[in-house]
Amino acid sequence: MQDLKEWRETLQQQSHRGDRPSLTVGMSTCGQAAGGAKVMAALEEEIARRGLQVDISQTSCIGMCYAEPIVEVALPGKPRVFYGDVTPERVPTLVEKHVLQGEPVREWALIQLSGEATPYEGIPVMPGSTYYGRQVRVVTSRLGLTNPESLEEYIATGGYEALEKVLGQMTPEQVIEEIKISGLRGRGGAGFPTGLKWSFTRQAPGDKKYVVCNADEGDPGAFMDRSVLEGDPFSVIEGMTIAAYAIGADEGYIYCRAEYPLAIKRLKMAIAAAGEKGLLGRDILGTGFNFDLHIKAGAGAFVCGEETALLASIEGRQGMPRVRPPFPAQQGLWGKPTNINNVETYANVPFIIKNGGQWFASMGTEKSKGTKVFCLTGKIKKTGLIEVPMGITLREIIFDIAGGIQDDKQFKAVQIGGPSGGCLPEDKLDLPVDYESLTAAGAIMGSGGMVVMDENTCMVDVARFFLNFTQAESCGKCTPCREGTKRMLEILTRICEGEGRMEDLDTLETLARVVKNTALCGLGQTCPNPILSTLQYFRHEYEAHIKDKRCPAHVCQALLVYTIDAGKCTGCGACARACPAGAISGEKKQPHRIDPALCIKCGSCMEKCKFGAISRL
Amino acid sequence: MADVTLTIDGKRITVPAGTTVLQAARDNGIFIPTLCHDPKLTPWGGCRLCVVEIEGMRGLPASCVTTVAEGMVVQTASPQVVEARKMMLELLLANHPRDCLTCSKSGACSLQDYAYYYGVRGDKFHGEKHDYPLEDDNPFIVRDMNKCILCGKCIRVCAEVQVNNVIDFAHRGFNTRVTPAMDLTLRESEECVFCGNCVQVCPVGALAEKASLWQGREWELTKVRTTCTFCGVGCNLEVSVKDDHVVRVRGYDNPLVNSGWLCVKGRFGADFAESPDRITRPLIRVGERGEGRFREATWDEALDYTARRLQEIKEQYGSRAIAALSSARCTNEENYLMQKFMRAVIGTNNVDHCART
Repeated sequence: MQDLKEWRETLQQQSHRGDRPSLTVGMSTCGQAAGGAKVMAALEEEIARRGLQVDISQTSCIGMCYAEPIVEVALPGKPRVFYGDVTPERVPTLVEKHVLQGEPVREWALIQLSGEATPYEGIPVMPGSTYYGRQVRVVTSRLGLTNPESLEEYIATGGYEALEKVLGQMTPEQVIEEIKISGLRGRGGAGFPTGLKWSFTRQAPGDKKYVVCNADEGDPGAFMDRSVLEGDPFSVIEGMTIAAYAIGADEGYIYCRAEYPLAIKRLKMAIAAAGEKGLLGRDILGTGFNFDLHIKAGAGAFVCGEETALLASIEGRQGMPRVRPPFPAQQGLWGKPTNINNVETYANVPFIIKNGGQWFASMGTEKSKGTKVFCLTGKIKKTGLIEVPMGITLREIIFDIAGGIQDDKQFKAVQIGGPSGGCLPEDKLDLPVDYESLTAAGAIMGSGGMVVMDENTCMVDVARFFLNFTQAESCGKCTPCREGTKRMLEILTRICEGEGRMEDLDTLETLARVVKNTALCGLGQTCPNPILSTLQYFRHEYEAHIKDKRCPAHVCQALLVYTIDAGKCTGCGACARACPAGAISGEKKQPHRIDPALCIKCGSCMEKCKFGAISRL
Repeated sequence: MADVTLTIDGKRITVPAGTTVLQAARDNGIFIPTLCHDPKLTPWGGCRLCVVEIEGMRGLPASCVTTVAEGMVVQTASPQVVEARKMMLELLLANHPRDCLTCSKSGACSLQDYAYYYGVRGDKFHGEKHDYPLEDDNPFIVRDMNKCILCGKCIRVCAEVQVNNVIDFAHRGFNTRVTPAMDLTLRESEECVFCGNCVQVCPVGALAEKASLWQGREWELTKVRTTCTFCGVGCNLEVSVKDDHVVRVRGYDNPLVNSGWLCVKGRFGADFAESPDRITRPLIRVGERGEGRFREATWDEALDYTARRLQEIKEQYGSRAIAALSSARCTNEENYLMQKFMRAVIGTNNVDHCART
């Protein structure tokens, strides 16, 4: 343990950002998808071509996914400057101006992190910028700022201080007590108090116990867990090790979906590195405490995020949930007491132990403590990963942090909690984000996906989209979920296609309520939420589809009507040539018309018209 | 175990701790419908037909997998419960063939009974239905997966009673179906021993005995309790008969013997009963041994003849000249009597059995 302290001190003195300029590229999945690897190659080529003494390294997602690829340039003793939308073409200018001449390229710079250095003028400083101003970065504090594959950097930034404290000074009961004081609740969505869960597993009789990390993140539009695993794998591992000590386990599993290859790769590297340094495995830090950690790659079934299905999958059985009780704390993996938490929950643990439960509890609301990571997607200006204190309002997140709606269109709804969440309208925007408020409004906290919708989104179509997802992911065990999701989807599809009847709404509502009340697991119990919440807040849209055969957002193809404004039409014939169905006719230089019987509503004519004469109703 | 007192439909009920709500209700004459529940198999909690309302619990828990607790207040027929059960039946019927007119299960079908009980016609949803081909490539069992309601009883009986694990759920959601590995048929799987216990637990017409198809409606059958003649275990049978013809054989639930389970012979081997080769009356040989000539006799004559001959042989050659060979197809009681007769009456220990190796 003494060795670890000394090693940390040495690492901190050395500080990897030493006397040479450094270039760091965001190389998480988002960064790579945006072209980070090409930028990295261009940087390496440029540095080699000029024969410069510069460190080039990679980092994870800093959260501004909308601006990837992001490159950080840091000169010795100067602030770290982050550039967004970097292309290989911009690389020579960046190197020339910033690295060689010491002058940041201000028009490309997003933010700077100044630390003790004097900030550059004209570049927003990270904690005070509009994007980060309202954020409190705990779980994501290393993301985008350290090399996730480096144990040294983890330790230099305070990593493993918590484990040191736990193994050196605390009993398992004290650890659990500290987590209870913190008020941490499960970040997978249900919000069960973590300390209480740990104490159940600790108290469960049995000499063999397991800790399991649920990294089967499957919600469309959610990437919180992936970002944390890719950006700070050691924090999850340290959190799990502390949990193992607290509950009396000596073995653990991280159940991560195989669609996250980078997360799995980094976890493997991290487990190996921690094992080599005696931070995992036998006799951790010489204290006699053992903890072996394995990775189990899941095959991508959404239902395996449900804990009993997840355990079945680790055991090699079909991912089907079973009835609880017994809860995993009593009978979990291979029938042994098992503690299951989500990635973000474990990642919070080292910070809570290090800073104290009181510190964590000082953030958030009365019942929802600490911070929560959210993924902002949909029709907002700044998509990305944010971490905010519980209790912040939806309006602050969507308009202050994410900059509002794309093209300044009208906000319509925000969908929270993944496919099982609900759609909240404008008048719910001042709702504080905490477990109770969101549930009361008909949504759920979920794991933290937030999909923002604008005036061009059809709420019936949204409900149909999510039901299509849950219907495909239902495991098939219980009747209401297996058969009910299918029928709900069929009714929604019918309404979207203009074949709906008013009595469908009653059937839909009854069916949704029954499925919610009777399904076996969380998937089935929550899958009607998109329907129930849209029926509650956007019933008029359903009625427009059924009664007026009209899609107010102009999304549902079958209900669209294309017409040509005779006053604007010049008779150029471009639309008629573009029409694949031969539905447009008219004399040259005379107004054309569309035959609705032939029109297949593809929209090609509207795209082709240069005079704005074609409108969609 | 300690007792627990709870209230079901306003009735105070005391049952041993650990009892399920379903069991507590049924033991006290309160009706709760089930499709996937079988007291002899592990609880499944999948069909959700047995949902009830329990004060303080979220949603409608399934009573088959909810354990009683002190002071629990349960409603088994509240409007919310009835609405949910009706919906569950509508959902099942929406993907179920409408051929009760010719279905062999008609009259003994749980789905049919519950639909009738709750007045559910199955006309609420008009959507996709499965159209699987009929599986009838083996001599014993016909599987119609279009009628399957995925209660999983067949899977559990195969895994827990026969311990053969031939079938399981495959695919997902609406496309879930019960099948041997690799979507093979039972015959192709080469694993199935055709014990037919799956057929016996099937609550609907998805699984049927091939030989019984078109042989008689449920209400035309006379059920006869008897004992299997294939071996000495003495499995209790319930033989369904119409016009002196054996339509089908099922296990009779005698917990002291076979708890209702059978093997392939007992269940599917009953055709010998009506075989023209079957000896139905005692025969006495005429002519020399080996000529194969017999004449029919009455039981009295045959027994008198046998007793006289045994006595003659015993007097002439002694008890040790007589031996008895008995059959595994006799019951334990019959075999016991046989050896007792040999030892006590004939006076010999020359007793043997065809199943001794």
